[in-house]
Amino acid sequence: MQKINWLLKMAWRDSRRNRGRLILFISSIVLGIAALVAIDSFGENLRTDIGNQAKTLLGADIAISGTKAAESTTLALFDSLSTEMSTRYDFASMVNFPKQEKTRLVQVIALDGGYPYYGKFNTVPEYNEAQFQGGQHALVDKAIFTQFKIKVGDTIDVGEASFKVIGEIISVPGRSSIGSAALPSVYIPMAYLAKTQLVQIGSRVEYSYFLKTPETENPDSIAQFLKPQLEKKLLRAETVASRQAGVSRAFDSMNQFLNLVGFIALLLGCLGVASAVHIYIKDKLSTVAILRCLGVSGRQAFLIYLIQISIMGLIGAILGAILGGLIQQILPIIFQEFLPIENITTAVSYTAMGQGIIIGVVISILFALLPLLGIRKTSPLRTLRASFEESDSRFDPAKMLVYLLIALFVIGFAYLQIGDLIASVIFAVGVFLAFLILVAVAKIVMFLVRRFSPVGWSYVARQGIANLYRPNNQTLILIVTIGLGTAMIATLFFIQGLLLNQVALTGEGEQPNMIVFGIQPEDKNAVATLAKDYELPLLQQVPIVTIRLEKINGKDKKAMKQDSTRKISRWVFNREYRVTYRDTMTDSEKIIKGEWYGDMNDKDPDKIYISLSDRIADAMEAKIGDELTFNVQGVRMKTIVSSVREVDFTRMQTNFFVVFPTGILEEAPQFNVLVSRVPTMEVSAKFQQDLVKQFPTVSAIDISQILESVEDILNKVSFVIQFMAMFSILTGILVLISSVALSKYQRIRESVLLRTLGASRRQILFINALEYFALGALATLTGLLLSFIASFLLAIFVFQITFVPNLWGSLLVFIVITGLTVFIGMFNSREVLNKPPLEVLRSEI
Amino acid sequence: MLFICLEEIVLITTQNMSTILKVNNLTKTYNTDSNPLTVLNNVSFSLNEGDTFSIVGSSGSGKTTLLGLCAGLDRVSNGSVELNNIRLDDLDEDERAALRNKYVGFVFQSFQLIPTLTALENVMVPLELRGEKDAAKTAKDLLNRVGLENRHHHYPTQLSGGEQQRVSIARAFSNRPKILFADEPTGNLDEATSQKVEQLIFDLNKEAGTTLVMVTHDLELAAKTQRVLTLKGGKVISDVVN
Repeated sequence: MQKINWLLKMAWRDSRRNRGRLILFISSIVLGIAALVAIDSFGENLRTDIGNQAKTLLGADIAISGTKAAESTTLALFDSLSTEMSTRYDFASMVNFPKQEKTRLVQVIALDGGYPYYGKFNTVPEYNEAQFQGGQHALVDKAIFTQFKIKVGDTIDVGEASFKVIGEIISVPGRSSIGSAALPSVYIPMAYLAKTQLVQIGSRVEYSYFLKTPETENPDSIAQFLKPQLEKKLLRAETVASRQAGVSRAFDSMNQFLNLVGFIALLLGCLGVASAVHIYIKDKLSTVAILRCLGVSGRQAFLIYLIQISIMGLIGAILGAILGGLIQQILPIIFQEFLPIENITTAVSYTAMGQGIIIGVVISILFALLPLLGIRKTSPLRTLRASFEESDSRFDPAKMLVYLLIALFVIGFAYLQIGDLIASVIFAVGVFLAFLILVAVAKIVMFLVRRFSPVGWSYVARQGIANLYRPNNQTLILIVTIGLGTAMIATLFFIQGLLLNQVALTGEGEQPNMIVFGIQPEDKNAVATLAKDYELPLLQQVPIVTIRLEKINGKDKKAMKQDSTRKISRWVFNREYRVTYRDTMTDSEKIIKGEWYGDMNDKDPDKIYISLSDRIADAMEAKIGDELTFNVQGVRMKTIVSSVREVDFTRMQTNFFVVFPTGILEEAPQFNVLVSRVPTMEVSAKFQQDLVKQFPTVSAIDISQILESVEDILNKVSFVIQFMAMFSILTGILVLISSVALSKYQRIRESVLLRTLGASRRQILFINALEYFALGALATLTGLLLSFIASFLLAIFVFQITFVPNLWGSLLVFIVITGLTVFIGMFNSREVLNKPPLEVLRSEI
Repeated sequence: MLFICLEEIVLITTQNMSTILKVNNLTKTYNTDSNPLTVLNNVSFSLNEGDTFSIVGSSGSGKTTLLGLCAGLDRVSNGSVELNNIRLDDLDEDERAALRNKYVGFVFQSFQLIPTLTALENVMVPLELRGEKDAAKTAKDLLNRVGLENRHHHYPTQLSGGEQQRVSIARAFSNRPKILFADEPTGNLDEATSQKVEQLIFDLNKEAGTTLVMVTHDLELAAKTQRVLTLKGGKVISDVVN
């Protein structure tokens, strides 16, 4: 006990004159822990709120939906099982805003009954069901209010009918704002839907039925009872419990992503801890040698500094947890747009704070152990010979154990965040490889500078460059910390840019930028003529037929489900396929397997050869020659897979999973799509208005609208990503500050000596600036190279987009990080330059 | 001065009082990139309690290496060192550290005070390590004894060289060592301060009955010890009793 007291006393005494340095050490972990605690608290509150507001997520006890309307017998069944029922039809359509002379594609939602039974429509002015249902009234999404500056009382045209806007929709139970940003909604009473004449054969409508069940009945039991009958009618039922599970899963994924971003900040912090402790301990070795001379054992010396680091880690973790608790208060505001629930609580999660503190202490100790272990073997001989250095060649099992624990920690923690062991190992291996590459670069740089030192340069230039390899150099530690930080930050920055560019590029050059869809066969020529009147090119005119898949090689969904050797995605049977027929291929596709059959007119009518895109072929596990049976609007049709195409789905044109040859589907119910290019937004607006006036069931969408929506969504998403990345960036900057600031102790004696020998302020400034510039530049360049590799891999394998290196962005990152390194280095040297040498030496122990 | 041969000294010292340090055929070799480098070759001597002993020689003669080996700061290549009848090469690093705390005091040329501790705390360290209850009182008495009554709470950087060396001496005597190793104790001090420090070391040595082993360049200082061992190229070339 007495020994422990003495160790604690020594740890405290020794820290007194080093608090500034130790604060730098803890600063590295504060933000990482803050991010973790904030995200965990937010996640915990969100889960609780999803549980508490579960019923408002659905707005009813049971929701039944499908792409086919329920027949009268089914409706009668629903009616018998519920106390109240509402019907909702959803479909995309053009809406005209006459006052603003604008048209826009919106989600039209026709509604009857008292839905929502739980929660409420949040509108301005307040929602009044009787008023809404009592006339040709419309509730319009706030996104449209903002975009077209419409007012309550304005009139809008939906198809053939006009509706008076009676309110602005702020939020609707179970729908997130981000969803309405993509396709804003217009609510109209079901009673007036027919007047619009928008719902016709072949229209893509989502039919929903909301049931309020008797309080004595269990909605899940009812849903279970309905399931077999609903499956036959291609309908599906959702209950509060299943919606809650789905929403929880979705937000668990979001939380995992956020945690991973927070984890990167934490990893940077770990790096900061390791580098700060490394430099701190290097400076402490002479003290350790004295203590060893006075009889302190290696273990005791090790414990003195371990106690110091642990206490500082604990303080850092507590500060981080408190900061995390504060940040957590603003997370709901940032994420509100993405959440289907309202008023998220911001209660402090003591569990999250406790976990954050434990993790903070554990990582402080774990990442400090490597440099700390060196203390145990510090020889007392250093007291007699200042230049004495212990040989470090012997195998040290303790060091190996620490490496193993660090690897396990990184993999284990990543696993907790991602929930996938292989992905966690890949993540850990990626970080480790990046670390190795940076170590290799640092070693190579030191070797090359030593080997090819520029002899003809001036003394100050040679001195600045020589600092990269001379004893007490900081090359390795700074290249690793700055490089890894740069790699992580730049990767986030590049990927965000790639995603935004991808959308912007779609409409450039001679690429199509407008799609007109929902054209009935009888309107096909008239629409084409209208386009020609506006001098718009007819780039594509494509017929579209809606079909369903019934069997693959004679096996239906049920049989496939029982076949354990096949892992066919369930959705291939559940979805509706919009297919086309044509005799030629487009320039966005190429055959990768089999042979293209474009024309069936002269061939055996029993052998219908179709072409699949590679993605759908993979999902169906379909090979060339396989037989697929489709249901074409009630007609069963056997087809043979003759080719597999690679399709560039990112192009603004019609692309199809399944393409039929000509001569088969011509007589099936269908609609047409016209693809064109409009020269300006004004022409686009006028054309769309004319189009909607003449053909109310036709919809048009141009790239500017998509860009607007996507940009809006991406701006919101990127704000969230940037907010989270801010933790990493700030931690990276703190690590940079602490690494560079701590490294000044390595150089200070030397600079003072040079000052004493008569070096001018400018000369010392130049020597330091050159060293920090070389270090910053090398580290940033290596970090950028690593981020190129990471962004390339993410772009190709995760986002499936083309990787284009962002050279201007890279230059910006290079200038900012290198500049920051030089600035911090110079800022730290100011004392040496401005104070008398002896004063500096006396104050800097 | 009385000159006698080395064998006779060994005989005399081992016959009389109890031996505190015994060095037997000590050799130290370093493995360098090219050839092994022998810095001490077959050195033998022994010291009794209360002896004062100095090791002299030119730079690179092996003086500091010999001192380090005698104090257990390094390991011998051949031969043996016995401190208070305990063979040092049988002990591991931590056992030797414990032995130093119990029997050994140090005074270094560059003072080697712990920069983050005050003068008082520096002197208290060996006492606290031994678990002594009155560490602070003993340390204060010692600091007063070396004339630093008003400097107890000053950090090393706030003290002059002479003051730092006096703190170092107070620390060296704080654990009442059986043997004191001093490596060029006045090497970094001016003449006047050197004399004060020398006087302090000899006075305290006498008061405590400690054995003194001192490495020095200063032959005048060496002459103040009872016995002088001269090294050249790692070998003993003379061992003189004053």
